[in-house]
Amino acid sequence: MDTTLHIPPFTVRLQSPFPDVEQHLARFYGRYDRAADGCFVDFHVRLVPGEWIHRVWRPQVRFLVDDQNPFIPLPADQAAPMFEWGLNWTVASRSLGLSVLHAAVLGKGDDAIILPGFPGAGKSTLCASLALLEGWRLFSDELAILDPATGWLLPHPRPISLKNQSIDIVAAFPGAHIGPRFEDTRKGTVAHAAVPDASVVQASKPGRPRWLVFPRFEAGAATSVVEIPKAEAFALIQQQSFNRDRLGDVGFDTLGRMLSDVRCYATVYGSTSGGIEGIQRIVSDS
Amino acid sequence: MLRPEGARSLSEADWTDVVATARNANLLGKLATTLEQAGEAAPAAPQRHLTGALMLSARQRQSVVWEAHQIDAALAPLGHPVVLLKGAAYAMSDHAAAGGRLFGDIDLLVPREAIGDVEHRLMGNGWTPIKTDAYDQRYYRQWMHEIPPLVHAQRGTVVDIHHTILPLTAKHRPDPGRIFRHARAIAGFDRLMTPAPEDLIVHSLCHLAHEGEVNNLLRDLHDVACLLDEHATDPDFPARLADAAADHDLLDPCALGLALVARYFDRALMRQAATSLSARLGRPASTALIALYDDALQPSPTGHCTATGHLARARIYLRSHRLRMPLAMLLRHLSRKAWMRMTTRPKSVPQEG
Repeated sequence: MDTTLHIPPFTVRLQSPFPDVEQHLARFYGRYDRAADGCFVDFHVRLVPGEWIHRVWRPQVRFLVDDQNPFIPLPADQAAPMFEWGLNWTVASRSLGLSVLHAAVLGKGDDAIILPGFPGAGKSTLCASLALLEGWRLFSDELAILDPATGWLLPHPRPISLKNQSIDIVAAFPGAHIGPRFEDTRKGTVAHAAVPDASVVQASKPGRPRWLVFPRFEAGAATSVVEIPKAEAFALIQQQSFNRDRLGDVGFDTLGRMLSDVRCYATVYGSTSGGIEGIQRIVSDS
Repeated sequence: MLRPEGARSLSEADWTDVVATARNANLLGKLATTLEQAGEAAPAAPQRHLTGALMLSARQRQSVVWEAHQIDAALAPLGHPVVLLKGAAYAMSDHAAAGGRLFGDIDLLVPREAIGDVEHRLMGNGWTPIKTDAYDQRYYRQWMHEIPPLVHAQRGTVVDIHHTILPLTAKHRPDPGRIFRHARAIAGFDRLMTPAPEDLIVHSLCHLAHEGEVNNLLRDLHDVACLLDEHATDPDFPARLADAAADHDLLDPCALGLALVARYFDRALMRQAATSLSARLGRPASTALIALYDDALQPSPTGHCTATGHLARARIYLRSHRLRMPLAMLLRHLSRKAWMRMTTRPKSVPQEG
């Protein structure tokens, strides 16, 4: 397979001999535009079989972007998740002058909410519930991309990556399309949820940062929402910047401008509906 | 990079290859600078890559200047001269070679007898050794021209401290004293200096002719081309360069390096300098070696390399080690390193997702 896709704001060429990856693309990227021949390609990704004996014995997959090989090989049956992980790494480390944060982003109209991703905070499940149950437009479950020129967020919709218990929770949402489960990855069991069609259709429409929310899931907790000072939010969010250091002044200014555009909150919740309620309170508050 | 006006006739597909090839050769920022200075712009999509490379270069340069100030402050109480080499020297003296370039470790040259003091001062100011392995420590201290690199505990930046510009075991014996005698002060710094242009260029040439990997070779050749360009109007410069190369016992590698620069960044001055050096050497640079580098240098968008290219790269790698140390010592070292590599695990696993 050799195909070139527009996954806004990037054009990605993917070459792969793995049938799993072809199915992954058909399942999750069917509605994305295919690029015309001769179009500029931002990232040339190749998934290739393991070297030497690992072509046949315990077959492996390797991820190459241009001539870089940033990862150790994985078992060949994890080729599809490796494409997603590898592309995340590529977007984060080759930022093309864009500021990239580790955060989920969703939009309502022109407004966007940023949910930074501290491990175990429940960001992916909350993100899936807002996108699938509440009609928010999915920008990304993983990568918040700020355009320094405008200060607005650029959508980069890709399948939502779910881990372990969150897979069953999201699978039960009406309208959820969950792909195959990949057992025994280094993140445990992993599955992907499809991006709602409306988010793919509007993937070139940027959003103005309005809310920066630090979510935390605590089993059984009652929903709480507190507004937090911007200085505190800045200290937290800059730990989540993948490439602030690669952009220098521009990266710092872009984060600063985003902070001045948003109101910052922390929310604790104990269930899917509790998480949604917290976000609703924040949105109606400001 | 030689004909920026050619950018106008590139198709989008051409730009895909240009950007990927330049990134692989570590030249993307330099390409961006070259285009910018020529008043040429890429179409919007490839321009994002060029802009990103310029931002990264500016950021790294800012970081080099900051580190240089920190090192200067740490070493100010010492009485020894401290000279910046390579990338840091280009950045601090505002050479055109620095434009769009990426910077890595900071290289310092200090008198051999000052090594202990310098190491001590830096370790008292937050730097700590990277290589704690006993073999590596002995390898560096007994045989090399530098001590094991120091990394700053908070900033993660790396300093390489050299006492000469080639390993002690190497065939040639350059004269670090000459570099100290001709070094130039940097405005605003107590202790740090940059080498005189001749010494800077001789070192860059010697470095690229001794380097075992060709990944950065085009970048290094471009650095020298930029440095030479700054002396294009000085008719005596080629002779002064040849004097410096002769003083350092480095006519051989410099002749090869200049022949390569003239081959890839052909300008009248490069050829003149190459001729003047070969005349001093009494013979032209080895055409067989130049052909070997031609085979090894195969810039491509995917990093593809032919069998001839791989063979040439392997020969350059072996040659670089032969130049560093006698054969018996080399075999001992390489087998030791191979064993150490087999027993440790390199590389990362996919990051957070």
